[in-house]
Amino acid sequence: MNPLDLARARPGTPFTLTFDERRIEALPGQTVAAALWSAGITSWRTTRDEGRPRGVFCGIGVCFDCLVTVDGRPNQRACLVPAESGAEIRTQEGTGHDG
Amino acid sequence: MAERPRLAVIGAGPAGLAAALAAAARGVHVTLVDSAAEPGGQFYRQPAPGLRARRPQALHHQWRTWERLRGGLDAHLAAGGVTHLSDHHVWCVERESAGLTVHALLGPDQERPAAVHADAVLLATGGYEKVLPFPGWTLPGVVTAGGAQAMLKGGLVLPGRRAVVAGSGPLLLPVATGLAAAGAEVAALVESADPKDFVRRTRALAAQPAKLAEGAGYAAALLRHRIPVRTRHTVVAAHGGERLEAVSVAALDAEGRPVPGTERRIACDTLAVGHGMLPHTDLAEGLGCRLDGPNVHVDDEQRTDVPGVWAAGEATGIGGAALSLAEGHIAGRSIAARLAGTEPDPRAWAPAARARTRTRAFFAALEGAYAPPARWAEQVTDGTLVCRCEEVTAGAVRRAVGELGAGDLRTVKLLTRAGMGWCQGRMCAPGVAGVAGCELAPGRRLLARPVPLGVLATQAADAPDEDTSAQ
Repeated sequence: MNPLDLARARPGTPFTLTFDERRIEALPGQTVAAALWSAGITSWRTTRDEGRPRGVFCGIGVCFDCLVTVDGRPNQRACLVPAESGAEIRTQEGTGHDG
Repeated sequence: MAERPRLAVIGAGPAGLAAALAAAARGVHVTLVDSAAEPGGQFYRQPAPGLRARRPQALHHQWRTWERLRGGLDAHLAAGGVTHLSDHHVWCVERESAGLTVHALLGPDQERPAAVHADAVLLATGGYEKVLPFPGWTLPGVVTAGGAQAMLKGGLVLPGRRAVVAGSGPLLLPVATGLAAAGAEVAALVESADPKDFVRRTRALAAQPAKLAEGAGYAAALLRHRIPVRTRHTVVAAHGGERLEAVSVAALDAEGRPVPGTERRIACDTLAVGHGMLPHTDLAEGLGCRLDGPNVHVDDEQRTDVPGVWAAGEATGIGGAALSLAEGHIAGRSIAARLAGTEPDPRAWAPAARARTRTRAFFAALEGAYAPPARWAEQVTDGTLVCRCEEVTAGAVRRAVGELGAGDLRTVKLLTRAGMGWCQGRMCAPGVAGVAGCELAPGRRLLARPVPLGVLATQAADAPDEDTSAQ
């Protein structure tokens, strides 16, 4: 069993986006976080002080742990932002403005 | 014809929807302002439409209630009695001489403003999960129990293959059975509460047969999915390098301390953890509403102590969807009467009031039984981060208290930066308070979410007006 089968989902045609230049597939309607989880990726940020990996924690936009860089814009909450075809997702290092 | 009175409902979960339907049915124009793309709130969070789920109810409970709410909403939307503003993240409600203004940011990037004017506001802002810190809780793969459920319901995804569900509270049951139904192997459900505490409270619990049946349903599902349940146990640590690889689980003694020698390691790539819920009260606090402890104070009609402002659902005290529906219904009827200049007759909502009384008693009993281990803070090692955003360790918080003399949460924050980050202390406040040994005080946040400075600068001049109700 998987969640899509459980809910008898018939999603539209999958599209691709990139995560740190790796091509991954996403489904229409998925957030960036859902697309990354589907691809087996659970971390996409490193913290400012210790450089430790982070990903989804609260899943509802409250905790800001899942911040990620989308098409060059840092600090996007992956659990809220919809995945778009051709989007360039990048691991956010620190504040995302460190170059 | 006189203009219809206008109500802004903030939050499209069970409380907000019940209120919107009750008020709209009585001639009030309702603007339903919600941060999500689809109505439903957290409890009835819907799969994204693009996923075209033909059987979303497989992930839900009390689906018929949802169908009734959804049908009612659709009818009022079609008739123009309700306007639904999705993707609107409210950051402030402002009282003005002639009514109230709800200020929102349009999501998901939340950089453009919108405003809604209304004669009354209902705060149906729901709640969020409380998670107490433990060594390893910042590892990727450790998620909140509600977060795992939200990602599953909304995105139809799982964070991994083998999960442990842990902490305390009624939410852990649907999360464990939901993850298992969706194909995850749930290696253990670890609940720190003692089943004996439920037996001691049987009178209040037995007064709610529907709720007991729900509990029995979960018990059957746990059996069906062969989920091992460990009560009076706790996760003492999560292990892994770059992501979660295992957790250590131990039995708790009568004092709430892990029993030496009972520790057991469970391999897993997912830990869904939660220690209960907290009400979202930022908007109420910004309006100056009185709080009772963590909850927005309301009277029998669900009115706050601020004129024109009502509150219902988790914001007034955690009690689940059934209580939210009852409170929302009462609030909607009260608002319709008050905006028409009449005194509402509480007899009209007597069934909802009885449901409210019963459910509140039930959750008060549950809250007494479901509690994190009394000595949890002792298990938080000095090196453990308590504030995830600002990377503040338990050791730093203890030094602020022990060496620098901090005696309250605010002083701890000023000395350590714990609670000053992106989440504004929402995730860490209970953990920091516990480690510091101070009382958990309301955050008193000026703004309910981060607002671009440009939006604040233009607010007075030309905020776009989305109020469509003055027709």
